[in-house]
Amino acid sequence: MKTWWRKGLFLGALGLLFLTGCSEKYPLLDPQGPVARKEYHMLLLTTILTGIVIVPVVILLFVVAFRYRDRPNSKAAYKPDWHESKWLEIIWWGIPVIIILIIATVTVKETFALQYPPEKKEPITVEVTSLDWKWLFTYPEQGIATVNYMNIPTDRPVKFVLTSDAPINAFWIPSLGGMQYTMPGMAMRLWSQADEPGTYIGKGANFSGKHFAKMSFKVNAQSQEDFDKWVEEIKSTKPALTNEGYAELSKQSVVGESAYSSYPEDLYMNILMKNGGEYMPNHWMMMENQKTAQPTK
Amino acid sequence: MLDRLKEFASNFFVTGEPMIYMSDVAIVLVSLAIIFTLTYFKKWKWLWREWITTVDHKRIGIMYLISALLMLFRGGVDALLMRTQLALPNQHFLDAQHYNEIFTTHGTIMILFMAMPFIFALFNIAVPLQLGARDVAFPYLNAISFWMFFFGALLFNLSFVIGGSPDGGWMSYPPLTELPTDPGPGENFYLLGLQISGIGSIATGINFIVTILKMRAPGMKLMKMPLFCWSVLASCIVIIFAFPALTIALLLLMIDRMAGAHFFTMTGGGNPMMYINLFWVWGHPEVYIVILPAFGILSEVVATFSRKKIFGYASMVASLMVISIVSYLVWAHHYFVMGASAGVNSFFGVASMIIGIPTGVKIFNWIFTMFRGRVRMTLPIYWTMAMITCFAFGGMTGIMLAAVPIDYQVHNSYFLIAHFHQTLIGGVVFGLLAGLYYWWPKMFGFKLNERLGKWAFWFFNIGFYVCFMPQYALGFMGMTRRVYTYPADAGWTSMNFTSTIGAYMMGVGFIFMVVQILYSIKYGERDLTGDPWDGRTLEWSVPSPAPEYNFAHIPEVEERDAWWEMKQKGQSLVQLNHQKPFEPIHMPNNSGRPFIMSLFFFIAGFGLVFNWWWMGAVGLLGVAVTMVLRSQERHDSHYIPAEEVQRSEAALGRF
Repeated sequence: MKTWWRKGLFLGALGLLFLTGCSEKYPLLDPQGPVARKEYHMLLLTTILTGIVIVPVVILLFVVAFRYRDRPNSKAAYKPDWHESKWLEIIWWGIPVIIILIIATVTVKETFALQYPPEKKEPITVEVTSLDWKWLFTYPEQGIATVNYMNIPTDRPVKFVLTSDAPINAFWIPSLGGMQYTMPGMAMRLWSQADEPGTYIGKGANFSGKHFAKMSFKVNAQSQEDFDKWVEEIKSTKPALTNEGYAELSKQSVVGESAYSSYPEDLYMNILMKNGGEYMPNHWMMMENQKTAQPTK
Repeated sequence: MLDRLKEFASNFFVTGEPMIYMSDVAIVLVSLAIIFTLTYFKKWKWLWREWITTVDHKRIGIMYLISALLMLFRGGVDALLMRTQLALPNQHFLDAQHYNEIFTTHGTIMILFMAMPFIFALFNIAVPLQLGARDVAFPYLNAISFWMFFFGALLFNLSFVIGGSPDGGWMSYPPLTELPTDPGPGENFYLLGLQISGIGSIATGINFIVTILKMRAPGMKLMKMPLFCWSVLASCIVIIFAFPALTIALLLLMIDRMAGAHFFTMTGGGNPMMYINLFWVWGHPEVYIVILPAFGILSEVVATFSRKKIFGYASMVASLMVISIVSYLVWAHHYFVMGASAGVNSFFGVASMIIGIPTGVKIFNWIFTMFRGRVRMTLPIYWTMAMITCFAFGGMTGIMLAAVPIDYQVHNSYFLIAHFHQTLIGGVVFGLLAGLYYWWPKMFGFKLNERLGKWAFWFFNIGFYVCFMPQYALGFMGMTRRVYTYPADAGWTSMNFTSTIGAYMMGVGFIFMVVQILYSIKYGERDLTGDPWDGRTLEWSVPSPAPEYNFAHIPEVEERDAWWEMKQKGQSLVQLNHQKPFEPIHMPNNSGRPFIMSLFFFIAGFGLVFNWWWMGAVGLLGVAVTMVLRSQERHDSHYIPAEEVQRSEAALGRF
């Protein structure tokens, strides 16, 4: 039967996917932090729960079609008027209801859980601004800024506060988990955390114009000690980011990595306000414990 | 003067790309060839009288179908260009701007100018015949719908050679698509092209709801109606409630761009999230608009080719209706990562999963329709089997995406791309192709060649899996959608290359389909019976293609599967025609006004694209005048005399 080729090919492809799935090439299947791990476990659970229904159903489809195919002298039963069975129908309204009920329960539980920091430790805050076509990271607690790369300490929740000084983008570090849009005039929050030191790739995930494809960045997770050393090094070796410097940086361009020993204190709030943040007070108030100045209009 | 003209021309026409120049030449040559052929064979009058002015649902259906296949070709070429660019890392086959334009037109064309006219083609061809009606409720409006779609699509496609294509993605999210970041006319082509064709879509929705509710043959209670008609009803209900949201979203964005308003910019107190909400309030129901008819087609095909009643008819109706209602409650799942609270995300996540329940029920019912049947392995059944398989797995990944925490990871990644192509190609296109092969003999009076069709089937199907399974993997690798290139060290090369091979296989499949159609026009098996598949519903009781008036006598229906029951009782059209005398048949007149009115819409739209207000005004004035003229029209119908009906039935071998 020719039909089986296609099934074989499909199952083969799926198998290949999962066999090779655990190498480091698949960041989503190899989570490096508690947030990504939660999301990965959810992926496994839904794959299994939906798979146990859908795979047998598709097999059943081919078995039935083969068994009851039209051929001379077919011995299979033929009942052209049989078209109703209360119990059978109750069964197959029931099966998906049960499966969906389970998945829905877990979904709701995990969605609420992901609002909170992954661990009860003192978090570090990183403010993220997407620009055309680069990323600016400012560290309100350390007072430094980086472009297109960031360092974070391991084993400590990271609170990303996200906005945009350009069209909407999305901030995504596949290995560490979670994604959130960066919206002009709004400051949105994303919790993440890295377990192990390492370098992970981050992405701009929402189309934002011509050179959107160039918007990846590096995330270097390192121990708290190394992180502190890195902050000191930036502070002592790099230039300051001035308002004029920011104006230049925020023009449409593709640039490499860079770092700044300091940045204007109210830079982030100014970016928010400039983009209409005054109409969205709930959003920028999310940054409650930041030592930013009052908004300047 | 000459310099100014030159400058105007270089902005007006798209320049600088050899591929565009080649297309320009091709467009001019094809147009000349068409004009020459029509003139040489003296077919202009024929074109005008038989096609452009027609209000006959069967002919309008055929015009929709031709448009859909042409747009499938254009959208498919876009897809192949993108896959070629992505086959290897760091390629320069397309530059960033060009790639952005191509994924924008690919998405817009495939959804709005391919899937929509394709379902409308099958609505038009099958619904009145299945209901035992002589036409749709509003044949004149039906013609307007088609020409509005046609000119909307034409306006959108014109951007390829004039002015520049839109490049903001098919969702066209502001603030990216606001004037400061997207100054060109491309985005205006998008807004106006969709707006004009959208009016046609809403009118079609109204038209078919009324047709189904008011024009059924005597005795055909709603619960005796063929399931395809039920699916069209469900789909049209979604159309009339969803499309106005798109109309408003496009209109407000147009006002932003043309009059400097701030509906969707944060500065000035607007909010881009309003657009995104409005867009998806339409956008998600839209995918159900196109998939519901595919479900209906499958129900017809499975029952017909299993020579068995559809299993669980009431469940099938219930699940169609549940889907059409729940489809309004899921839109926010397109942006779980846009800052909504956990409560909002949970609601929309769970609502999206619930859609899986009625869909699952339909799959069980199709399988049990085959159970204890006699399944004939023809092309419609091939595509049906392929659709159920593909859609089941597409639904599976859909439930994953609906699980909010998973979406936090795979949103906007290639996992999403693979998912929605699996539901839109594997679900909608496979389903519609099943319908196309099924109703083709009814449309044209001959069958399509099975052998070539099977080649097309296998190329397209295997190609599909080769193309899209690697994209799930790419999603897990962290590849995001809409990137025009990627670095060599990303580790994405092998999967992308495989995916491109699959895309080309699908292209070969499409070519086989074209060859199949051309071959069958000349050599295809003619259908003289009108009932080549031993069908169950009324469209198979009339000759293929059906006469202008469809039914000489409106059939009286007692059971579901009316034609099957009539055949079981040994009745035939010949016999019915002898029982009752022929009567004059009341039919609508042809009219050129739908075409002319839509042409004025096109003129207005083209003017507005370039902010040529005078031209916009001229166009809209033309629209108003044609509308007033229509409202003054008194003689818009005629009777076909009884003798002529009798002659025609006799000529068709039915008397």
